[in-house]
Amino acid sequence: MSQSARLQLLHISKRYPSVVANDDVSLSVEPGEIHAILGENGAGKSTLMKIIYGAVKADAGEMLWNGRQVAIASPAQARKLGIGMVFQHFSLFETLSVVENIALVLDEPFDLPALAARVKEVSERYGLPLDPYRSVHSLSVGERQRVEIVRCLLQDPKLLILDEPTSVLTPQAVQKLFETLRRLASEGVSILYISHKLHEIKSLCDSATIMRGGKVTGTAIPRDETPASLARMMIGRELPVCEAPAFTGLVKPVLEVDRLSLASADPFGTSLSHVSLTVNAGEILGIAGISGNGQAELLAALSGENTVDRETIWLAGEAIGHLDAGQRRSKGLVFVPEERLGRGAVPAQSLTRNALLTAHRQDMKHWGLVSYSKAKAFAEQCIARFDVRCGGPDALARSLSGGNLQKFIVGREIMLAPRLMIVAQPTWGVDVGAAAFLRQTLLDLSRTGVAILVISEELEELFEISDRIAVLAAGQLSAAQPKAATNAESVGLQMSGLFNETAQPTESGHAPA
Amino acid sequence: MHLLEPRAQPSQLMRWTAPLIAIGATLLTGSLLFWALDKSPLASFYVFFIEPLTSSYGWSELLIKACPLILIAQGLAIGFKARIYNIGAEGQLIVGALFGGGVAIWLEGSDSGWVIPAMVVAGAIGGALWGAIPALLKTRFNAEETLTTLMLTYVAIHLLSYMVNGPWRDPEGMNFPQSIMFSDNALFGLLIEGSRVNTSIFITIFAVLAFWLFNARSFLAYTLEVGGQAPAASRYAGFSAKRTVWFSLVISGLTAGLAGVGEVAGPVGQLNLNISPGYGFAAIIVAYLGRLHALGIVLAGCLMALIYLGGEAAQVSLQMPSAITGIFQGMLLFFLLGADAFIDNRLRRPA
Repeated sequence: MSQSARLQLLHISKRYPSVVANDDVSLSVEPGEIHAILGENGAGKSTLMKIIYGAVKADAGEMLWNGRQVAIASPAQARKLGIGMVFQHFSLFETLSVVENIALVLDEPFDLPALAARVKEVSERYGLPLDPYRSVHSLSVGERQRVEIVRCLLQDPKLLILDEPTSVLTPQAVQKLFETLRRLASEGVSILYISHKLHEIKSLCDSATIMRGGKVTGTAIPRDETPASLARMMIGRELPVCEAPAFTGLVKPVLEVDRLSLASADPFGTSLSHVSLTVNAGEILGIAGISGNGQAELLAALSGENTVDRETIWLAGEAIGHLDAGQRRSKGLVFVPEERLGRGAVPAQSLTRNALLTAHRQDMKHWGLVSYSKAKAFAEQCIARFDVRCGGPDALARSLSGGNLQKFIVGREIMLAPRLMIVAQPTWGVDVGAAAFLRQTLLDLSRTGVAILVISEELEELFEISDRIAVLAAGQLSAAQPKAATNAESVGLQMSGLFNETAQPTESGHAPA
Repeated sequence: MHLLEPRAQPSQLMRWTAPLIAIGATLLTGSLLFWALDKSPLASFYVFFIEPLTSSYGWSELLIKACPLILIAQGLAIGFKARIYNIGAEGQLIVGALFGGGVAIWLEGSDSGWVIPAMVVAGAIGGALWGAIPALLKTRFNAEETLTTLMLTYVAIHLLSYMVNGPWRDPEGMNFPQSIMFSDNALFGLLIEGSRVNTSIFITIFAVLAFWLFNARSFLAYTLEVGGQAPAASRYAGFSAKRTVWFSLVISGLTAGLAGVGEVAGPVGQLNLNISPGYGFAAIIVAYLGRLHALGIVLAGCLMALIYLGGEAAQVSLQMPSAITGIFQGMLLFFLLGADAFIDNRLRRPA
């Protein structure tokens, strides 16, 4: 341990009533170093970062900042020291504009127009363009993250903590972010980088601390490792590889969308223009694109949360555009939304009651009364079959980690024996082990003859599981290409809105946000 | 510096101790109030909370006051779980009383056994109708139900005032704004000799059991709760938001209307301007104090009834102003809301 370390953690421990989140964790970050924290969900990474940021207090251990012992009692104090953090779950006020949100966390008097100019300047300098006066509620997930990053950068941090920052970016944007981070590092800023994307860590980070079960299980120089060897250190075993056997059943269309055009209800949303697609039984159709390009609108129209013209959406030959979400579910459509808490699950309710949310059709009610024992049995079965780590069927949905809640929701929907499954961001914020499991689960399901539509921002994932891939950009969908006929580069370009193969001209004036 | 920090899990212990804390704080502050008014806190406390319960007559009066409170609060709790805030139960009670009382006036002199059942049905319809108006306004025009239900209460009060001053005024009533006294056939039968306890109590008992079953087991109650806690999840599952609004407001209007019939065909015995001493508003406090739980509401309703009785006793024995009842109700709500903050939060320990 050198004297010059920007941040040094010595023997940090944090115990929660039911779990030891951090057990004797030590690490050291030099000025200008990009240091990766690798570990599965539940390994204790987030708790450790919260301790550094002053949001959680450690039970034991010491923290040295520039060689001097500090006790950080609050995020405000952390910011004062020069520690900035971009959380995985954003902490923005939806009703306020970008610049107002940023003004709120600056611990100093501010002048809004001047601050707006600074926001614009900093955001452009670091390749994260933002309109300071837009309301946060109208921003996509990716854009919200930009706000979080920019608001950290404005405070001139000496240490920047990033929790899975690239999950919502295009390959090109990731490269741009990396340039930003490398530039910051060359200016002497230390960066703690949490990610599950092993190849990114390999290309970006100078060093890595690997955690498992709250303990440090090793350190590595990522450049000298392979993604497979990093994964092994992280999960303690070989990373499973997805298998995609050929589908041997009868190929017939299950979902057909016919020139779906839809004006967005949100003034800053993206309207859909002539979206057509077909998903066949036994295949996975992947839709790539950055959220904010019509993804939310397309999903709501497909799920039935927004109804559309009757003859624009067909399920197994039946027009269902006018049916609401419940009616479509009764016809064999299931849906896993991007937002797990609050949409896919009710946060303050137990898994048993969350099973009831969509599985009540499985003979769980008679004469309007619910059989909670059946719902509980369903939840237990789902927990066992999909390896959901939780405190049992009575655990509240919000007590589960993101990956485990996702396994529960995906499992619940699969157990409904669907004809068509629509999944948004299947592995967003899910650790590699669980992500591989979820992908294989979707592949296996599709090979039983279920049609699956996956909307994801992660290209790697789409290439791993999809049979055909289309791109949604600026509310328009490109023609789906067989996976073998396309590559990440060309999909990445289409994601930026440059349709090179489809001849369809842009009709609406919506530029990509 | 923030004094509170969020808990990882809402505290179930706090959920049920919060009402006890609120009651304790109300009693303590109430004692201080008596002391500030130069009354002996202990003696006042005795007059207010103990003396009403020292006689069987006191207990019967408690029952009479608790029944409408419990009945209304059961209906309100359904909506509150779904975050549909009907605060106009007082108006729905009045319209229910008008409908039920109207039947009594219309069938005056009839000796049919169907007069009381007809009044009950009419009262339920009247209350439900008065709840349906804000439901229509909300589903059709997105009008905030907290405002429309409250405003319709004043409309109902004026409607009642018009009816007892005009068409339905007792011709032999010395021009007082009141209807004829209902004949025995249009009154609930007395259950206990020497008291005013009557058979309308069975409506409340039935309602408690029905709502308890409804909350614990029905799928509709589940969908209402999901709609209140996570509207996006409700849309995702395909539960109808409009149905939630209609059901919540109509059912709470219906129970309030029944309570209204219980008053005019019970202790009041006619239509006049003093049908309800604010039961419709006090029931809001009862619903929350009882944690929106069918059985909790029973206990909370009894406490609120005791505050009504104590308030009357304090006026008589201690020469306190009639506002004393309202002060205790207000304190109870105030302290309850304060204590409820600790369900999801806890005191931040100094670092």
